[in-house]
Amino acid sequence: MAMTEESPEILELESGETTPTTGVFARPTNASGWRAWFFTVDHKKIGIMYGVVAMFWFFWGGIEALLIRLQLFTPDGSVLTADQYNQIFTMHGTTMVFLVIMPLAAAFANYMVPLQIGARDVAFPRLNALGLWLFIFGGIFLNLSWFLGGGPDGGWFAYAPNTGVTYSPGNGMDFYALGLQIVGIASLVGSMNLIVTIVNMRAPGMTMLRMPVFTWMILVVQFLLLFALPVITVALVLLSFDRTFDANFFNVAMGADPLLWQHLFWIFGHPEVYILILPSFGIVSETLPVFSRKPLFGYAVIVISGAAIGFMGWGVWAHHMFVSGLGPVGVAAFSATTMFIAVPTGVKILNWIATMWGGNIRFTVPMMFSVSLVSMFTIGGLSGVMHAVAPADTQQTDTYFIVAHFHYVLFGGALMGLFAGMYYWWPKAFGYKLKESLGKWHFWLVLVGFNMTFGPMHILGLQGMARRHSRYGPEDGFDFWNAVVTIGAFVILVGMIVFAVNIVRTWLGYKAGTIPQAPADPWDGRTLEWAIPSPPPEHNFDYVPVVTDLDDFWYKKYQPDETGKLRKIADGNDIAQKGDQHPHLPSASYWPIVLAAGFPLIALGLIYNLWLSGIGLLLMLGSIFGWSLEPATDPDAGHDGHRDGHDPDLNDTDGSDAEIVEEAPVG
Amino acid sequence: MADAAEAQTSEPAYGRTDWDDHHHLPTNTGLTNEKVTMWAFLGSDCLLFGALISTYLLSRNRVGPATRGPTAADLFDIPFTSVSSFVLLMSSMTMVLAVTSIQRAEMERCKMWLLTTAALGSIFIAGQVYEFTGFYREGLGFTTNLSSSAFFTLTGFHGVHVSLGIVMLVTMWALVTRGNIGPERAETIEIIGLYWHFVDIVWIVIFAVVYLIP
Amino acid sequence: MNTATVSEDEGHQEHHDHGLSDFGYIKVAILLGVLTALEVATYFFDFGVVETPSLLILMVVKFQIVVSYFMHLKFDSKVFSYLFVTGLVLAMLVFAAMGTSMAFWQNPSGCDASAFC
Repeated sequence: MAMTEESPEILELESGETTPTTGVFARPTNASGWRAWFFTVDHKKIGIMYGVVAMFWFFWGGIEALLIRLQLFTPDGSVLTADQYNQIFTMHGTTMVFLVIMPLAAAFANYMVPLQIGARDVAFPRLNALGLWLFIFGGIFLNLSWFLGGGPDGGWFAYAPNTGVTYSPGNGMDFYALGLQIVGIASLVGSMNLIVTIVNMRAPGMTMLRMPVFTWMILVVQFLLLFALPVITVALVLLSFDRTFDANFFNVAMGADPLLWQHLFWIFGHPEVYILILPSFGIVSETLPVFSRKPLFGYAVIVISGAAIGFMGWGVWAHHMFVSGLGPVGVAAFSATTMFIAVPTGVKILNWIATMWGGNIRFTVPMMFSVSLVSMFTIGGLSGVMHAVAPADTQQTDTYFIVAHFHYVLFGGALMGLFAGMYYWWPKAFGYKLKESLGKWHFWLVLVGFNMTFGPMHILGLQGMARRHSRYGPEDGFDFWNAVVTIGAFVILVGMIVFAVNIVRTWLGYKAGTIPQAPADPWDGRTLEWAIPSPPPEHNFDYVPVVTDLDDFWYKKYQPDETGKLRKIADGNDIAQKGDQHPHLPSASYWPIVLAAGFPLIALGLIYNLWLSGIGLLLMLGSIFGWSLEPATDPDAGHDGHRDGHDPDLNDTDGSDAEIVEEAPVG
Repeated sequence: MADAAEAQTSEPAYGRTDWDDHHHLPTNTGLTNEKVTMWAFLGSDCLLFGALISTYLLSRNRVGPATRGPTAADLFDIPFTSVSSFVLLMSSMTMVLAVTSIQRAEMERCKMWLLTTAALGSIFIAGQVYEFTGFYREGLGFTTNLSSSAFFTLTGFHGVHVSLGIVMLVTMWALVTRGNIGPERAETIEIIGLYWHFVDIVWIVIFAVVYLIP
Repeated sequence: MNTATVSEDEGHQEHHDHGLSDFGYIKVAILLGVLTALEVATYFFDFGVVETPSLLILMVVKFQIVVSYFMHLKFDSKVFSYLFVTGLVLAMLVFAAMGTSMAFWQNPSGCDASAFC
């Protein structure tokens, strides 16, 4: 952004020269204020915005969870009506899956992947911004339903025909189907962008097997998104057509098979489970070696098992449907595949334990969260293997045992890993560490509260307490454990409040100067993001890092001496880049946010009035037009016009020059 | 320690200096980001059409107590659809000729082939509209029965893909005419071409599986 | 678009583009047309039991020709093939499994609602 200040004089210099691809409108040039965030294409700002918005939805989804728990605190709870309860638990699941864990992973992926591979930005910065704004508008659209006649009430899995107009006459499910469609497009755009970034923009020398594990897991996740999202897109389209245009896809009277929805949803839904957990696996594969001061045990095995989970995740979806009338052959087949997928997951657990074994462990907050992922996820994983045994699953389906299982993997697994990532990368992103003392309070409160909340659900489930019921009677004997569960949920709330206090207090302390500025390499890290200042300059790297090893940065700091013992040869903060160069970067743009704004308008139009869709469509077409005529980098903004001065033999034709080649018209 | 001190003063310890505005790094694969993205998108689109085609195949013969009207397969006009399939197939050929023309910097010829491709695509879409209205007149609307919903959704999705392709082709024609796209950006046309051929291969599958196989 | 750019560009083509000549593409298109005519012939003549398999084979051959020649996959980088074929094979496997499950495994005979099936 610094170079935009020079632009007036450059403009004069170049005013006579017309470039054929200049945009129709002026470009945003503000380097500060809200415009710097709304129109940015910088992957780091986009990553932070993903994180902030996801934390807002986390707060909102948490309130929904607490409402559920208040309702179930005592027998015959009267906090919510049955209808409200349906809406709340549907939106709790939908929010936590699509608006919290996925975007939090996207936040880390956007921020860290370019840094870890030594790139200055992602391949398509404007598409990146488009993905962010689609996610934000999709989330807002989904939650607009609260104010327009009530939320969706068919569960986050939205089993048709239960979610058809007959059984769900309100507009809630329309908001669900269309809102997820928008959020899905956001993820699809983001996945293509990150795949290309990782495949094409790694630093010289960084072969695939020298990539950090986090980047590897993000790559696997993006492939899962790339191939899974079209399936949910089709399922949601069928549901929307049924609801809006009276199609018959799930009309049993016309001979439709309700299992079609279940198959399509879970063909997406099971890869989705790995989409949620693999980023956290990647995060702890970064933190465990750093805080154990040992290389990751079995790097290649971890990478391969991650990819294997990605592949095998496509062959197990019907284990969500064991009691749906799948037939004995189907049940047996999917039961077997499900047991197999436990193998690569178990391999990872063993590798992490072996990484810590004999290490010089520092129990910092990120390390504590990482260790708790390993242990809590193992519990959830083991109850998952129990579900693979179909006869046992028949007993457990639709009970709180299932609720306990997936909260152990998604909260105890995914979320714990994401918190580890927040504490670990906070100094990189913001320039100061979060307070360790408050962080430890946060950790212990969350860990204890989490086990109080979801541990007893195993017992409740085996006692036969059914999911998704808004009440249980005093005669059921579920009182005690439900009370414990609700108290546990509030312990988690206290832990999260401590986290919020930690964020605010360290921020104020940093402003006041009592919290020190974090150096480039505060944790003695192993990967490239620690080789640049904290927070990174807008262009990330002054010089392209040349990579010769896995954990290259570590080996720039430590080398074996004659006896083979690793000796420190340099301090990370000394050899880190200084961030004092000013290269030419992709320029900010209005179009991503404008284009994204067209989508919720179209969706609202489909529910209320097609004219609104027309307006949205026009907005979309106009902004696609403006987008494609605007060069990715403003030719007026930098040192020179970029129309000349290119070495003809260098990359002019291979198109790695993102500033001249127009983006492929896919988004 | 000496290394570190030396590193600070002379060359940066961590990196190569030949990375400035005018020396962009070549991509790791040597392929452009745009083309990789398009292929990734096409791989993703396979799943989209896979889901739609299997939905149709699983729905076309199912009947329930309320089923009424003919099925889509009852009304197929195979000779007519064969002609429009042939038209779409030939549009793939003209598309590939547009790409080779621009690669040889024959801009006029490229423009001609781009327009021809768009025109052939439009003929296909016109044929589809004709087919749909014919079905509707014979009593097979979108909501008539399960097979009709599935048929119109599948072919409609394909039609939307073709229409988007036509818009892109016409845009490309305009950009070539205005001189925004020259031979140095032949790859942009090639990428649009990939999308166009993909739409064609989807129709090859639909034509065989939906129309011809009894 | 001056001549210098053009000749340079042509020089560049030689090493990365091993596609067919224009005439070659026209020949491929004619072949595709013939294959389509064969497909359509199944509508006018009765081929009995071989009809469905031969239609499927023709479909796969046409698909293969368009992808290899018109889409250049035969001459292009393997990365593109990996991306596309992954999606294609995944789609075929997953939806074949789904179709099999829904068409053949569901509600087998002798299975009532109370049984575990």
